[in-house]
Amino acid sequence: MSLNAYLTLAALVFAIGLFGVLTRRNAIGILLGIELMLNAVNINLVAFARFHGDLRGLVFTLFTIAITVAEVAVGLAIVIVIFRVRRTVEADRLDLLRG
Amino acid sequence: MTLEMVGFWMVAAVLVASSLAVVLTPNLFHAVLYLAAALVATGLVFLLLDSPFLFAVQLLLYAVGVMTVVVFAIMLTERLVGERIVQTSRSLLNGAVVAAAVFVGVVGFLIRAPRSVLRPTLDADATTPAIGRALVGPFAVTLELLGLLLVVALLGALYFARTDE
Repeated sequence: MSLNAYLTLAALVFAIGLFGVLTRRNAIGILLGIELMLNAVNINLVAFARFHGDLRGLVFTLFTIAITVAEVAVGLAIVIVIFRVRRTVEADRLDLLRG
Repeated sequence: MTLEMVGFWMVAAVLVASSLAVVLTPNLFHAVLYLAAALVATGLVFLLLDSPFLFAVQLLLYAVGVMTVVVFAIMLTERLVGERIVQTSRSLLNGAVVAAAVFVGVVGFLIRAPRSVLRPTLDADATTPAIGRALVGPFAVTLELLGLLLVVALLGALYFARTDE
């Protein structure tokens, strides 16, 4: 398969993830959409690394995966704290900062 | 049709279908399970791109690690109120329009991009040792910073989720 096939697949997954982030009401559902978007980015990185014969893309993917895991841990901890304080994880009802 | 093409189309179909299921299914717990399928399919894409090491990392960190954390978060938040784990979506049309616009924009860019990037031959067995050498060679400082980031993230998560006393 050509490089463009992999990039198109990644773009499709990214768009699906973006759709999830925009439409989900539950904060955990939004986080799942962000996971999909970051995954699409990883596919891009690996595809470019493979087709240009450059290992740095693979190393960068490794860093991206590790940072995503840290992001999930902190994000879910924030969700749990929000739930403890507000008793809900619906993003629409979390409007403390609204003026 | 080569074996790689067959594999690509099968993995692409699974990846797109499970990704759609993640953003469309009303049951939050099912969404997490579909995300696990999507993450495994992404790992298989890595395998198609001759990166067995990243496939293993993807399975270990994402499909196992992230899944465990997300399932725990759902148990800690949704179960407590006794509601069913159902989530709703809003402004579906607007979201679909924006997502489709992003996809069309990226694909339009891809069509205009110069093609004919040939896939260079690569010894798949040689990539893993090369990644290891790169991690302790030119990327050693980045690797240390990553370890620091993980420790800070864990401490931050512990601080956030601690009990009050």
